[in-house]
Amino acid sequence: MSGAGDIVLDVQNLEVDIPTPGGMLHAVRGVSLTARRGETLCIVGESGCGKSLTSLALMGLLPAIAARRAERLSFAGEDLLRAPASRLRALRGDRMAMIFQDPMTCLNPSLTIGDQLTETFLRHGKGNRRSARDRAVALLERVGIAGAAGRLGQYPHQLSGGLRQRVVIAMALMCGPDLLLADEPTTALDATIQLGILQLLAELQREMRMALVLVTHDLGIVARIADRVAVMYAGEVVEEGSAAVVFDAPRHPYTRGLMDCIPQPGRTPPGTRLGTIPGLVPSLVGDMQGCAFRGRCPHAMPACTEPVAVRGDAEGHAWRCVLPENALERAA
Amino acid sequence: MLRFAARRLLLALAVALAVSAIAFLLLRVSGDLATTLAGEEAAPAEIERIRSLYGLDRPLVVQYGEWLLRSLSGDLGRSLFYPESVANLILDRLPNTAILAGLGLVIALLLSLPLGVVAAMWRNTWIDRTALGIAVLGQAMPSFWFALLLIFFFGLTLGWLPVSGTESLANFVMPAVALGWFSTPVLMRLTRAGMVEVLGADYIRTAHAKGLPVHVVLVKHALRNAVAPVVALASVQFGNMLSGSVVIETVFALQGIGYLAWEAISRKDFPVVQGILLVVALFYVLLTLVSDLLNAWLDPRIREG
Repeated sequence: MSGAGDIVLDVQNLEVDIPTPGGMLHAVRGVSLTARRGETLCIVGESGCGKSLTSLALMGLLPAIAARRAERLSFAGEDLLRAPASRLRALRGDRMAMIFQDPMTCLNPSLTIGDQLTETFLRHGKGNRRSARDRAVALLERVGIAGAAGRLGQYPHQLSGGLRQRVVIAMALMCGPDLLLADEPTTALDATIQLGILQLLAELQREMRMALVLVTHDLGIVARIADRVAVMYAGEVVEEGSAAVVFDAPRHPYTRGLMDCIPQPGRTPPGTRLGTIPGLVPSLVGDMQGCAFRGRCPHAMPACTEPVAVRGDAEGHAWRCVLPENALERAA
Repeated sequence: MLRFAARRLLLALAVALAVSAIAFLLLRVSGDLATTLAGEEAAPAEIERIRSLYGLDRPLVVQYGEWLLRSLSGDLGRSLFYPESVANLILDRLPNTAILAGLGLVIALLLSLPLGVVAAMWRNTWIDRTALGIAVLGQAMPSFWFALLLIFFFGLTLGWLPVSGTESLANFVMPAVALGWFSTPVLMRLTRAGMVEVLGADYIRTAHAKGLPVHVVLVKHALRNAVAPVVALASVQFGNMLSGSVVIETVFALQGIGYLAWEAISRKDFPVVQGILLVVALFYVLLTLVSDLLNAWLDPRIREG
């Protein structure tokens, strides 16, 4: 089982603030996460909940105007908050890699696939041109690209979206990272291709014993590949735990609401009207008191306007809600 | 890439032919050459003698065809004032203009590319505004005035550089700076605009995520995608420089193509004017071809277009 030595990424109380004309936007508010070697952590939430900014903040790739603060941000025991920029560059692409949402725009249009793949390997001093090329061919084959050697001389515009995302995945794996962050890696792809890419990521994660942090809004993806889940709402992690527990017994009304929005094979009877969550996400500009979800929550009570403490159990299931533990259990 | 180059070359040849015809025609419609050459007070018989002497009485098409065929074999005719062939006159002046233009372009690019990149990186800060100030200053100052300032300061006060002539490379420094300075602002603005757009692109974020050093991200990943319009404009600017800057060549007493053209036009030395027009037009055609090929090399998507 995983012990403390297997913790690849440990972040405590991460905050990301973005100045806007209307005031300070608190996009990420006190997020704490850990990712372990050989484990897939899914960060799930709707658009604008701060999940993408969280992943960018972890990589140190936030846009210049965004400010990042954290109590702790450590990678394999190394403090990233105090690391110099040169050290971060040495880690990025080598031991921590990232895959972005849109494969159509995240490859450089005027460089060959081969150049973009080998560049990472060569820059991080992993070997010479020949071994870089061999590694690139091997990885392209591994991610399911036929005729890999011939692809090296091609340009991104000559490949389809699905192939490009496979190239992007191969590119991220060139140096054999310990941590792979994937920000909505299948959102921009056709539904028919999504599943293949997802299965590939899950396989690679197991093969290479990486910590995979996958950011998504799609609970179907979470159900397929997550070991652990962190549910984000309005810049906060409202619930975190092993995927099985969170799916079976969600403790936060928002998580419960999300579950009701998707049909579940074998559980949702045919013809059932799927749930929706009424209301809108609150504005994150300015200070916020109490639970951010209370305006949309069917169980809201006066205590929700007070700061809500995180509660948890011994199995690592944690949630941010004042309701009694069994309040959301379904009447069988 | 080869097919692309061949297509562009064919197109360039067609443009060159059209340009030569236009150059030829423009000179004919600008007035009766025989009258101009003979002088306003010449007798009609004298005018007719000159007309037939220079073959100006034959149909235009015949004149053009003959001129074109002779030009293709390198014979551009003889000057009406210098005891030399037009080809020799142009070849004589061309090295001066070529050195001046080459240096001018290098100086313009050495100034505009780094300034544009720096301005884009720190856009809307004092660095950006300083670069913008330099650009405005360059555009607002007439080149003869800037040239005179250079002569006054570096030539006369400090005595570092010769103020006229073409004896050594040092003679070309000030004229080239004056020439390049004038092209810098617009090239800088284009570089900045291109870089601002490209630096916001997803693939730049990818490059940072790969842990690449900043200079690799800027030059290999960003600049390459930002310079296409800069390349196109720089080639036009280089054409302007090659066709000679009358002002700069006059101020620095530098005998180049621009000065020769000005002389020939004011004396109605039409074979020389025609020759220069043709050579300069060919420069432009050639430069456009080079910039197209350069852009195709930079951006693979152009090659298939």
